[in-house]
Amino acid sequence: MNPGSMSSRTEVDQAHIRALVTSGKRKQLLFAIAGLTCTMIALLTLLAAFLQLLIDGLPRLSWDFLTNFPSRHATQAGILSAWVGSAMVMVVTMLAAVPVGVGAAVYLEEYAPRNWLTDLIEINVTNLAGVPSIVYGLLALGLFVYQFGFGESVLSAGLTLALLILPIIIVSTREALRTIPGNIREGAYAMGATRWQMVSNHLLPYSTGGILTGVILGMAEAIGQTAPIICIGALTFIAFLPDSPFGGSPPFINFSWLFSEFTVLPIQMYNWVSRPDKAFQLNAAAAGVILLAMTLLMNGLAIYIRYTVRKKIKW
Amino acid sequence: MLRICGTGRVASALATIGLLAATGAATAQTIRIDGSSTVFPITEAVAEEFQKSTKGKVKVTVGISGTGGGFKKFCRGETDASNASRPISKSEIEDCRKNGVSFIEMPVAFDALSVVVHPKNTWLKQISIDELKRMWEPAAQGKITRWNQVNPAWPDRAIKLFGAGTDSGTFDYFTEAVTGKSKSSRGDFTASEDDNVLVQGISRDVDAIGFFGFAYYAENRDKLRSLPISWKGGAGVQPSMDTVLNGTYQPLSRPIFIYVKADSAKRPEVRSFLEFFNKNADKLIREVKYVPLPAVAYTDNAAAVAKMRTGTKFGGENLVGVTIEQLMKLEAKN
Repeated sequence: MNPGSMSSRTEVDQAHIRALVTSGKRKQLLFAIAGLTCTMIALLTLLAAFLQLLIDGLPRLSWDFLTNFPSRHATQAGILSAWVGSAMVMVVTMLAAVPVGVGAAVYLEEYAPRNWLTDLIEINVTNLAGVPSIVYGLLALGLFVYQFGFGESVLSAGLTLALLILPIIIVSTREALRTIPGNIREGAYAMGATRWQMVSNHLLPYSTGGILTGVILGMAEAIGQTAPIICIGALTFIAFLPDSPFGGSPPFINFSWLFSEFTVLPIQMYNWVSRPDKAFQLNAAAAGVILLAMTLLMNGLAIYIRYTVRKKIKW
Repeated sequence: MLRICGTGRVASALATIGLLAATGAATAQTIRIDGSSTVFPITEAVAEEFQKSTKGKVKVTVGISGTGGGFKKFCRGETDASNASRPISKSEIEDCRKNGVSFIEMPVAFDALSVVVHPKNTWLKQISIDELKRMWEPAAQGKITRWNQVNPAWPDRAIKLFGAGTDSGTFDYFTEAVTGKSKSSRGDFTASEDDNVLVQGISRDVDAIGFFGFAYYAENRDKLRSLPISWKGGAGVQPSMDTVLNGTYQPLSRPIFIYVKADSAKRPEVRSFLEFFNKNADKLIREVKYVPLPAVAYTDNAAAVAKMRTGTKFGGENLVGVTIEQLMKLEAKN
């Protein structure tokens, strides 16, 4: 045991550790670069596509473009019926998908007993997320359009898209519920709360942020869908608006718009893109900008709500 | 208690919706048209002008489910009129008959299916229907892959085939005209329902050849070259408005149609729409780059509507190579 040999051993160890740390840091840097490159590839592609859309579409964007009906003259054609149709369908989708989706998630997470039936439901929900959207269109054509007699209407389209995004909302709501610490639940029970009181007063408010994220993802997916909507019979040329949901006379609200014929932005774009006349390609680009703007608007709204809700949570 | 009120309100709302569903289906004053995307520009143009002229009192909707898809809805009685880029088929006539849907057939225009190649293609000055057949028939699948296999005078290069999607009336007509049997075609070609995809594909490949409606060629003359078509040993004829009108561009000139449900044609708003259609067809059809029929055809259409002359003149067949004059002389068969 002489001190010299010991110090040399520590030196060796230190050098070894230093080398380890350096190589570790180098690997970390390499991975960071790789990760950044991947992100950039995705982002830049998206940005390039968006810029191209903007450059093509911007000259066509005007108030008239938003307030004109489609026309065979590219310069007079507008997207009034398309964006109003998209907005109405989105309202129906949200009203149908959010309560059902959140309800299903709360049941599966908080109420459902652990048995084969629950397992079966869970497997199905997960698998539903992977079903091609056209299949939902076919299902909806049989069920909503013919069986329930809703016809080729805003209601049918909204419900179809609601089915489509239900798995997304269910899965994200369950994730959000799982992140709430168990002691919140126990605390509520300790104060004598029933399970429903615990869910409605604590779990749902606290998980609003996560739920909204799921809703945003779902709605963004839904607004761009074309295939299932064409399947249930959205129209291509439609130069009138559904009845207004708000009437001037009592009862001030009417539901006939739910059964109106409609078209949506992606279909209008698809129709314009497939035309021989090149001027319509610019219209399609402009409609694409509006579609993106609508999606961003929805996202912005949800982020704002999430922000205000989070501020209220006091734990 | 509160909760029961809540459910009550929901139930009554649902009942209201149900009631509206029942009444919603019967709303008059909407003319529903669906079907071929080839005919769409014509119907759209007429619908647009008609709605302007009635100041929005009558609503017209036009969908693009394709000729076949349109007839499915039409024969279930869901639409008032169906756009078709070929005559109604036997099975569709049968479907309509089963559901008690009788129809009035209106030929509305001619379209020239154009066969196009890349502008830098040096070996093709024209093409014959026989050569097209050797290229497109089912037996060619996987075997005829090079230009010199079709004609030894052509170079030893790969053929890239582009064509209309198999659900379209365009595909039905082309296969009927070229191979002699509707839908009989090789399957190994690039198919798209979107003609602009075909335009892009052909304009980027010197070895490509494909077909689509004249309007798409007319808009892309700078990127594509159309081939004169020689039929039954005749001289090659370029597709154009003139060669379609004088009947020399054969057999790829095809009539396109609108089928009107007879029951709907009794409704005053549908009647005035059809009147408007036949009155303004010539001008509007030229505007969307199709070949209008002679004026007598539209008077004949108007008479068919007025007299409720139902049935088809084609007997469920796709007649190939009919000129406008022959079309006018066809007698009702069904």
